[in-house]
Amino acid sequence: MKNLHLPSYLEQSERVSERFKKLKEREVILEVKDLYKTFDSQQGEVTALKNINFKTHRREFVCVIGPSGCGKSTLIRILAGLETPSSGQVLLDGEPKSEPGPDRGMVFQGYTLFPWLTIKKNVMFGLQMEGKSKTTAESEALQWIELVGLSKFADAYPHQLSGGMKQRVAIARALANQPRILLMDEPFGALDAQTRFKMQTNLIDIWKNIDITVLFITHDLDEAIYLADRILVLKAHPGEVQEVIEVSVPRPRKPEQFLSPEFLATKKRLEELIHPPKEDDDEDSLHLIRMTRVGDDVEDIEL
Amino acid sequence: MKQKQSWFAVRQALSPIQARWLTLLSFLLPLMIWSIVSYVPFVWHPKVEITEPGGVSWFQEGMLIDRAIFSAEVAKARSENTQAPEGFRANPVYLPAPHEVAVAFYTAFTTEPKRRSEQWLHESLWHSITIIFWGFFLSSLVGVPIGILCGTFSAFSKAQEPFIEFFRYLPAPAFGALAVAILGIHDGPKIAIIFIGTFFQQVLIVANTTRKLDIALLEAALTLGANKMQILFRVVIPGIIPDLFRDLRILLGWAWTYLIVAELIGTSSGITWFITQQARYKNFDNVFAAIIMIGIIGLVSDLILAKLSKHIFPWERSQNKA
Repeated sequence: MKNLHLPSYLEQSERVSERFKKLKEREVILEVKDLYKTFDSQQGEVTALKNINFKTHRREFVCVIGPSGCGKSTLIRILAGLETPSSGQVLLDGEPKSEPGPDRGMVFQGYTLFPWLTIKKNVMFGLQMEGKSKTTAESEALQWIELVGLSKFADAYPHQLSGGMKQRVAIARALANQPRILLMDEPFGALDAQTRFKMQTNLIDIWKNIDITVLFITHDLDEAIYLADRILVLKAHPGEVQEVIEVSVPRPRKPEQFLSPEFLATKKRLEELIHPPKEDDDEDSLHLIRMTRVGDDVEDIEL
Repeated sequence: MKQKQSWFAVRQALSPIQARWLTLLSFLLPLMIWSIVSYVPFVWHPKVEITEPGGVSWFQEGMLIDRAIFSAEVAKARSENTQAPEGFRANPVYLPAPHEVAVAFYTAFTTEPKRRSEQWLHESLWHSITIIFWGFFLSSLVGVPIGILCGTFSAFSKAQEPFIEFFRYLPAPAFGALAVAILGIHDGPKIAIIFIGTFFQQVLIVANTTRKLDIALLEAALTLGANKMQILFRVVIPGIIPDLFRDLRILLGWAWTYLIVAELIGTSSGITWFITQQARYKNFDNVFAAIIMIGIIGLVSDLILAKLSKHIFPWERSQNKA
């Protein structure tokens, strides 16, 4: 990549910078203020998240990326209200939030559909918790199921669906409550590459068609660039915001853009941030000696 | 393309035919051993059944005598020139042959009770089943909700489980005398013993099953706006019900093991009364028949419950394959 001539990832075309300007004028949906999270462990106190501050605007798509152990999952669980921060605040529409609620929909990494309910009833679940009548909940649920393209499977049970379909239902179920923000914790992490790409495209389509702000956690650089307006790059030990990148790849995003200069420039920057040049005495690398049989004529593979 | 399945593949399912053969074999093997011991005289047959007492004054026709004593008497008769006793090798009275037990399966039901106040076999069996039912039903009525609460809320768990953990080591029959003193001599104390034997295990097992429910499902429900009550009734309970059902099947088996002790408490009753009574009359074929009947009732009720669970929990079908 060093020899490749790329523009700076900061360079934005007029259309893109115009779009960001408009985006930042929109109301703030989620605001995180001075967030800290520490855990007690056997080695003493461990800081998982340190001084996290950011805002997401209405209908913005934000990806959070970082090396493993940077506290991405902890962050999103705090946002969802499933864990409490050690200090700092999570504001939704300016209101502090500490408990989980239907105003922040969540799609988990694992499959969390209720196995005893059909697809339709899974999507109806949140609506009925709100106190909606069965018939209203049912007709609304069917619309959300249609949005994710699974009408044919409304009466199937989760175990009859593929992994990608299950996650689509999980998205529909989270959206059915019409949350202010959709929190997604590596939702496609368990899927194979093709399905994952299809799901990313599906997600953009859904996002375009409804009024929803998305906060999406991933460790896949391509996924982050393909999906996000802005990427929040975390660093590990302690988890801190390293940089917030405005993705200069214009929308609508297409698969061809994976090789566009903007895409590659952004990816190069992310690579630098997440995989910084290794020092020589890296603990993780293997120190191997050649172990071929004496006298065997084995060529060096990299010659 | 039919590939022959190995009989000893590690953790691989057998073909249905192989499985059926082995199931059959698991019953045939004990039956075969029993038959060999019963029908092949030189395998065991430690006794001699007298057909002709001869000159031995204390022998009677039909008497079972140890082989050593019999041969001593024969030798004695020979030396004294009296008529030697005759007989054939037989098993002790407590080991009837399979065909005798098979016949007893029918005759046990048609044998009239010796006294007016006594019960027919089918009445005894039914009485046992009602005791089990009430003991198990009452235990589940209290134990299952407490178990679910313990598995869901740490406060319940900490407040209940240490004591239950202690109590479950106390053998249920130890409470027999106490139960009679409190509940009288009839069915009350028997139901109480089944209850005590089942309840404490039940709470712990149900609590454990509840804890095994994937916490991610509860978190998902929370983010969908469910409150505590809704979590309990709409997520925890439906989530554990198939496992709960399986737990209850296992616990029902345990309840049966307490039955015999329970029925000896106070006035002996039910199938246990029948067994002890028949043993007293030395009708060991009836005793065997009654014991096997308990096994059959247990096995059949379990099979019915297992079949039932497949029908009422359709989403479990995928997990039942293994």
